[in-house]
Amino acid sequence: MKYAALVYYQEQLINAMSEQAWHDLNQECIAGVERLSAQGNYLAGEALQSIDTATTVRVRNGETVITDGPFAETKEQLAGFYLLEARDLNEALQLASRIPPARLGSIEVRPIRELPPKTQPGESS
Amino acid sequence: MRAHPSLLDALYRTHARRVQATLIRLLGDFELAEEAVQDAFAAAAQQWPVKGTPDNPQAWLIRTGYHCGINQIRQRSTARRRAHLLLPSEETQEFDDAAIQDDSLRLLFTCCHPSLSLEARLALTLREMCGLTTEQVASALLIKPSTVAQRIVRAKRKIRDAHIPYAVPASETLPQRLPDVLQIIYLVFNEGYSSSSGAAVVDISLTREALRLGEELAALLPQGEVFGLMALMLLTNARRDARQDNQGELVTLEAQDRGLWHQAEICTGIEWLEHALALTPVGFYTLQASIAAVHAQALRPEHTDWARIVRLYDALCRSYPSPVLTLNRAVAVAMHDSPATGLSLLDELAHHPQLSRYYLLHAAQADLLRRQGKSDAARDAYQKALTLTTQDPEKRFLISKLAEL
Repeated sequence: MKYAALVYYQEQLINAMSEQAWHDLNQECIAGVERLSAQGNYLAGEALQSIDTATTVRVRNGETVITDGPFAETKEQLAGFYLLEARDLNEALQLASRIPPARLGSIEVRPIRELPPKTQPGESS
Repeated sequence: MRAHPSLLDALYRTHARRVQATLIRLLGDFELAEEAVQDAFAAAAQQWPVKGTPDNPQAWLIRTGYHCGINQIRQRSTARRRAHLLLPSEETQEFDDAAIQDDSLRLLFTCCHPSLSLEARLALTLREMCGLTTEQVASALLIKPSTVAQRIVRAKRKIRDAHIPYAVPASETLPQRLPDVLQIIYLVFNEGYSSSSGAAVVDISLTREALRLGEELAALLPQGEVFGLMALMLLTNARRDARQDNQGELVTLEAQDRGLWHQAEICTGIEWLEHALALTPVGFYTLQASIAAVHAQALRPEHTDWARIVRLYDALCRSYPSPVLTLNRAVAVAMHDSPATGLSLLDELAHHPQLSRYYLLHAAQADLLRRQGKSDAARDAYQKALTLTTQDPEKRFLISKLAEL
């Protein structure tokens, strides 16, 4: 079986973190991915940028409606995800508008976040 | 030619925005471009009085600003030991006139991008496109300068982090994105038009800025709806001196002194409208402007061609269905046909969730009842409308109508 593990947290918790704590968390994630890969359990994954960078795409009556921010309808449940390669946000939004469920619910488009380089033991941040 | 400080001031006013729009493209960063513009003008102030003003000041300023920006990037990247940072190279950059002309359009589409909040788009457009200072934007929108500054900082961060491109949308998405830009320009106009009643707040005229933006857009992107928006703004603005009485109270279109309407602006508005109507498909702003034109061309209220207005509302409601437009259409039907026909249409709307608590619906009902001579029912409807608005000018208007019954 393949499983998607979706990561949720309150961004306030992250924003309140010290630089060091944030650095440590990132390094822990990098090490975690290495462990999962070595075990053969890791297929793909990405970190996302903050919700401030989110844009929502909906298609209603054949028209694409773009709004700022993450999806607002708490009635909607996560149903899947696409990882898209696009030149810029305009292209990403256009690709997202062609995802069929954009007609039923909403597609939140958010840039991925590059994890920092892995630091060697003993190296400071 | 020697450059005098006053000449530099004039150059700053005419070129700074365009130079900045181009430098944002060349340097790929709003803040960096802003600094580079300042640096370029500082260099001009130093060099031009000695060496003379260059033949093409704008090209000189762009080139100088570009080099200042590149130096900044180099210094920053050394400071942060980010050797991998890609520097834009001059050879690959477009310094030609056509590319520079399009930069204003790129900037406008970026400032009005739908993935930014409406408030952010408004502040960013006024700041970047109109060249207003943060303080001027704040006083024009009646909000705190710190709020404006925060909105702009956040918007710029999102442009950078989400990779909102500095580009005019591709032709297949242009029809879908143009309304976003028109909406912001119309919003700037309405902010100015509706607040002009307040104590002559600042010498910033948002209506003037909106008209300037519209004109600039029309020159760069000659599309029907851009012309239609220009027509709508001019035809509306032509009524500015008649829409309030000496006490600052609202005056309905019907009761306005039409001698106060600015005929020159009406003529220009109609010219824009004719350009708009020559292009298809006829869109939202062109239809609204057509309605405004019917009013503008009626010398007296009773000469208004209501049949034409009803037809225009029919077209609007078909293409852009909205409860408010349906309400306006019902009022037009009442004026063309009879208050009774209008009232029956309004009754159907009274159950609409968005409209049942909308004061204008009840005010419209009251007005039609008054025309039928049903004073008691009109009074009830005015009272109902009064409970649904918090705006002082609207309240005073409704109270004066109640007193007239």
